[in-house]
Amino acid sequence: MSFSVTEPTKGTKWFSGILVVIYAVITIVPLLWIIATGFKSPADSIAYPPVVFFEPTLEGYVNLFTDRTRATAEMLEEAGPPQTWYEEIARERGTVISGPSRYGERFLNSVIIGFGSTALCMVLGTAAAYAFSRFRVPLKDDLLFFILSTRMMPPIAVAIPIFLMFRNLGLNDTHLGMILLYTAVNLSLSVWLLKGFIDEIPMEYEEAALIDGYTRFQAFYKVVLPQAATGIASTAIFCLIFAWNEYAFAVLLTSGTAQTAPPFIPNIIGVNGKDWPAVAAGATLFLVPVMVFTVLLRKHLLRGITFGAVRK
Amino acid sequence: MAQIRIENVRKEFGAFTAVQSSTFTIEDGEFFMLLGPSGCGKTTTLRMMAGLELPTSGEIFIDGEEVGMKPARQRDIAFVFQMFALYPHLNVGKNISYPLISQGMAKLEAKKKVHEIAEILGITDILDKRVGGLSGGDRQRVALGRAIVRDPKAFFMDEPLGALDAEFREHMSEELRALHNRMNATTVYVTHDQLEAMQMGDKIVVMNHGVVEQFGAPQDIYDWPATKFVAQFIGSPPMNFLDFDASVSEGSTAVTLESASIEVPETREGASGAITLGVRPEHLSLDDSAAYRGRITATEYLGTTQIVTLDTANGELKVRMSSEEDARVGDQTGITFDPRTISLFNSDTGQALRSAANMEVLAYG
Repeated sequence: MSFSVTEPTKGTKWFSGILVVIYAVITIVPLLWIIATGFKSPADSIAYPPVVFFEPTLEGYVNLFTDRTRATAEMLEEAGPPQTWYEEIARERGTVISGPSRYGERFLNSVIIGFGSTALCMVLGTAAAYAFSRFRVPLKDDLLFFILSTRMMPPIAVAIPIFLMFRNLGLNDTHLGMILLYTAVNLSLSVWLLKGFIDEIPMEYEEAALIDGYTRFQAFYKVVLPQAATGIASTAIFCLIFAWNEYAFAVLLTSGTAQTAPPFIPNIIGVNGKDWPAVAAGATLFLVPVMVFTVLLRKHLLRGITFGAVRK
Repeated sequence: MAQIRIENVRKEFGAFTAVQSSTFTIEDGEFFMLLGPSGCGKTTTLRMMAGLELPTSGEIFIDGEEVGMKPARQRDIAFVFQMFALYPHLNVGKNISYPLISQGMAKLEAKKKVHEIAEILGITDILDKRVGGLSGGDRQRVALGRAIVRDPKAFFMDEPLGALDAEFREHMSEELRALHNRMNATTVYVTHDQLEAMQMGDKIVVMNHGVVEQFGAPQDIYDWPATKFVAQFIGSPPMNFLDFDASVSEGSTAVTLESASIEVPETREGASGAITLGVRPEHLSLDDSAAYRGRITATEYLGTTQIVTLDTANGELKVRMSSEEDARVGDQTGITFDPRTISLFNSDTGQALRSAANMEVLAYG
């Protein structure tokens, strides 16, 4: 019988497999519940005991995207028979659609602010990380510690000063303000993460490029960046997830034009108070961009692009 | 192709001086070795020549042009890194054509050139492969390809064989030398391996602690080391040292150790005080009738030769001699010195005393 120290035994394989399954179930059940709730009727969504099997309806999604008013008899007469399927769903509840809701706008705000701050964060973070990694920066260690220290308290601890600063600068409820804020919060993390990745890229690559006829910037752009792609991608995902999910500052600093989806979603009010299916529908759709982004960058997350080109 | 001249080049990193005022000349077409232990400043010297470090002071001439402060891309040189530094996101062919593309050569022409080079290096079959999966030797060949494809004025190599297995290194060093003979390009090669330096170099600079200790042809450096450091660094086993106190006057042809007179090449420089006599192991032989005595403490069998270690009144001696000769541990025996090959050093400064034999060599460095 051969015996290997590194090869797991059948027992450990089963054990680890079961652990992974349990973990997957624990994390995925709430997600599935939210997605399911989005397709429930309001009654099913708050039924007790909870219903697992139900008749799906798009009511939640209709309610998410529309504003409705309680229909009076004359209104119904005036509007005539329902023209579209969503109109029909609204009529069943005795309401008529009075216009689109602001969910679309809020969603778009989230996209602009989330991706905008992530992009800005990557540009600044990569440049700073490269400089810290390659150049003799005076007080390098102290600066790096200072950058890290900005992350040591919860960002919301400085909510009041930020609120006052934003008010004085006229940044309240603006896209720019939120992009700057999220960038500032994420930058320390991205500088540190990216510095780690860039440190791992051997200097010889750039030096080879410098000798092959490139300028320092070209060497950075053509040699370092492609190799840091893995690091940039994973850092970008971290930044995006933070900016995308951020709730507290969004509640505090945005109310209208620049309001993101997180503070908007819980406030969706239905006919009888909170419209849980609509809230769940909003949350479900809200998950999509980050998922797509993560899946798109997934291949960069896999290490191994640089494997073997430099012998260590 | 070009001559490279280094004049009083000095490099400091903060308080640390990596290279102290080096001066030497590399002739056109030479295979030139920068040899020294790690941390001696040889790599820093090479990097200054390449433009990857800027000298603190001094001048570097490539082809008569002062380039000390110019960026690497303006020097028209190629560099082979110890760790190869192939671009991992490009395949073999693209790695080799990279310097051509950066010079703005047309794609088609570059491709032709790459094929030409691949032919020379015998790597035509792997041009489309990713560099990640290549063996050490192939990676080395690709790195060489990237260097020679551009026809630069000079090649700089920083321990290019250091990352290869011992067996393969031998093969690669022959390949490198053959390539150099074919291209006849000025090549500067950094190594800490004295055998590699002796084997491949036309000329060697030996550095230690940022100082050029000696500069010359391998044979001259081996036979007539300018300092005790060189004598010890080159050769395996290194040169034997026997310490004694004496006063040697100019023109003497013998020194006295333990009342035994030992012939030396006629001195051209006098010295008194602590003196070291240096002799290579192969220039000693055992002879029971000789006046200078020692006791055998160890023998090492190496096939055709053996190394016999003796304890003498002035220090340890290693003798390289035929395996067929008899040497038993514990025996007292006499030792004879080949008088033509002995160097004398000033023990305090480590400098070799000038003699009729080494005058010419020392004047060179």
